[in-house]
Amino acid sequence: MNCRNFLRTAALSSAAFAFLAFSTSANAQKKYDTGASDTEIKIGNIIPYSGPASAYGIIGKMEEAYFKMINDQGGINGRKITFVSYDDAYSPAKAVEQTRKLVESDEVLFVFGPLGTPSNTAILKYLNAKKVPQLFVATGATKFGEYKTSPWTMGWQPAYQSEGRIFAQYAMTEKPNGKIAVFYQNDDLGKDMLKGLKDGLGEKASMIVAEDSYEVSEPTIDSHIVKMKASGADIFVSISTPKFAAQAIKKVAEIGWKPMFFQSNVGSSVGAVMRPAGIDNAQGVLSLAYAKDAIDPQWKDDEGMKKYLDFLAKYAPFANPAESSAAYGYGQAQTVVQVLKQAGDDLTRANIMKQAASLKDFAPDTLLPGVKINTSATDFYPIEQLRMMRFTGEKWDVFGPPIDSKLGG
Amino acid sequence: MSTVQDVSTAPVVAAVPKKAMALGPLASLIILALLIVTPLFVKNFIIFQMTMWLIYAIAVLALNILTGASGQFSLGQSAFYALGAYTSAILMEHVGVNYALTLPVAGLVCFIAGFLFGLPALRLSGIYLALATFALAVAMPQLLKLGVFEHWTGGVQGLVVTKPDAPEILASLGLKVSQDMWLYFFTLAVTILIYIFSVNLLKSRSGRAMMAIRDNEIAASAMGVDVSLYKTLAFGVSAGITGVAGGLGAIAVQFVAPDGYTIQLAIALFLGVVVGGVGWLPGSLAGAAFIVFVPNIAEHISKGLSGAVFGVILIIIIFLLPNGARQLAYLAQGLIGKLRKH
Repeated sequence: MNCRNFLRTAALSSAAFAFLAFSTSANAQKKYDTGASDTEIKIGNIIPYSGPASAYGIIGKMEEAYFKMINDQGGINGRKITFVSYDDAYSPAKAVEQTRKLVESDEVLFVFGPLGTPSNTAILKYLNAKKVPQLFVATGATKFGEYKTSPWTMGWQPAYQSEGRIFAQYAMTEKPNGKIAVFYQNDDLGKDMLKGLKDGLGEKASMIVAEDSYEVSEPTIDSHIVKMKASGADIFVSISTPKFAAQAIKKVAEIGWKPMFFQSNVGSSVGAVMRPAGIDNAQGVLSLAYAKDAIDPQWKDDEGMKKYLDFLAKYAPFANPAESSAAYGYGQAQTVVQVLKQAGDDLTRANIMKQAASLKDFAPDTLLPGVKINTSATDFYPIEQLRMMRFTGEKWDVFGPPIDSKLGG
Repeated sequence: MSTVQDVSTAPVVAAVPKKAMALGPLASLIILALLIVTPLFVKNFIIFQMTMWLIYAIAVLALNILTGASGQFSLGQSAFYALGAYTSAILMEHVGVNYALTLPVAGLVCFIAGFLFGLPALRLSGIYLALATFALAVAMPQLLKLGVFEHWTGGVQGLVVTKPDAPEILASLGLKVSQDMWLYFFTLAVTILIYIFSVNLLKSRSGRAMMAIRDNEIAASAMGVDVSLYKTLAFGVSAGITGVAGGLGAIAVQFVAPDGYTIQLAIALFLGVVVGGVGWLPGSLAGAAFIVFVPNIAEHISKGLSGAVFGVILIIIIFLLPNGARQLAYLAQGLIGKLRKH
């Protein structure tokens, strides 16, 4: 009996020993989910290369070029990135089809940078159910950063509500007795930013004396502007995309209205908005920014911008430096590479999400000085800081420190 | 007679004999067998693609009834598709109705909408009717964004729809059916029902009346056909079937949003009819396959020029097969016939 007991104990303990040894070595070993291996990391992406929003296709092309550069430099921890990018034509139905293709047929590790609120809403449920990260979505809709309800989804750019809140803060300190007229695009962008503005004003929401919206299909918005002036407001908030932003700036100047003018970030491009609106008309317009403008001479000697322009020359000669979408794609790709570097050899979907939620003071080359990416397990909004800027002469002058909207926890 | 009248009385669509509108029994059975067996061997996402294919096939079939049988054009099918999709989505998410029961409601709502739209459209023909329906398609996404309906439609944010599970009775029988597989067979069943309904409709008195109107409106009315009734009826039936397709689409995609139902969709459906063969109902499957799969092929060839590649493929098809898939089917039939004789 004794002997048998001894044998049994010996066998058990050696088995336990072997198990321990095995499990520790397994810990030190590499861990992979579908889409990752010793030599490859497979990233999926959908973006409208065709259809009504095809202008954003450049973002996908920039990301592809950026990953090519990373691969030329030897990849990430010895692994090459395979970037599979499909066209969703800005249609939710197509977005679902392409995302499923990425996950089920191409078997990517995660989906990165899908663009547009409708497409992202359509795939959110599917990706969260499958526990596949939906990382750094290319839309500012505030709903893509709710870590409780969608733990596999994370935004990137400042949420539209952040922008609205910061405008509200600025207006309340500069003109506490001001009257605000809000002019917004009747879509998710406009509604979301309007909500941020109202939330930011809080008890002083009665400062808003006029609200008006336009449809993207309207040929001209002049009559709206005249109506807003008649409301007697002295603060004008224009939540508009480039074509309409330019029209608004021009019309406000034409009718001799001189309000404190806030222009949303999406319609603040110098080339696409300020010049067509007329440089003289645009003087003094306020806006918010988080990224540097590549053609602005003040960044001529900036380290990050130099790197960016070198990259454009070598890997993306097709991109126009004046186009902010190009810098957007670059910044997003740089952030995802940082996440993959942090993930090291633990390339599981859970760890990708964990690393994306532990970015600390990360500053991509294209972001304004002082604007940094910070995330945590309870903060799924990577870029939350914006800086105020005023249009002076032929360019935007950034002033004041980075302002944090504190949307995430 | 004025030129305008000449234009309006000339048949818009080449006459298609009644018998040629459907497939023979053997061919139908082979296709049906393929549709049933294929999903058992492919990945879930391909099943999803096949589901979308069938859904678009229903929508193309609906337009085919309108254009092929009654000779009226419509570029507004996306509006009815959207209406059906929203009807299903709202009933499922706000009222809690079973997904299968929302489809007849979606069909009925769209039938009424189509019938009513058909009334003013009666005064228009040919390209003018196409333009009026075009306006409908352009207006629809904006109507869906209206603040008045926002509580129901979700406004610009759209509505997320829950995907149905396979009924529990299948699980208790020991069959493991995934959500995708179940939805596919559900869609297939609906498609078959609608196909049989359509074929029978066109073989019936009403179908003959519609075709008589298509071939010559004046002659038809001289024969005692109530032209306005059958024209609006064709509109209603077509819209109703499109609505069912829209409802199925909402369930499959699990999401409805105004931007999903733009004029692009209407044009895609129109393309589907032309590629499948105007007036040939089985062609709807081929036409839908074209609009679902060819953009992917085009993208595979060139990402930057996918639109151009798509255009080239389309031109080649129109050039080689001006009558669409119908022509191909006839060629195949002829070949098989010859082989049999030898």
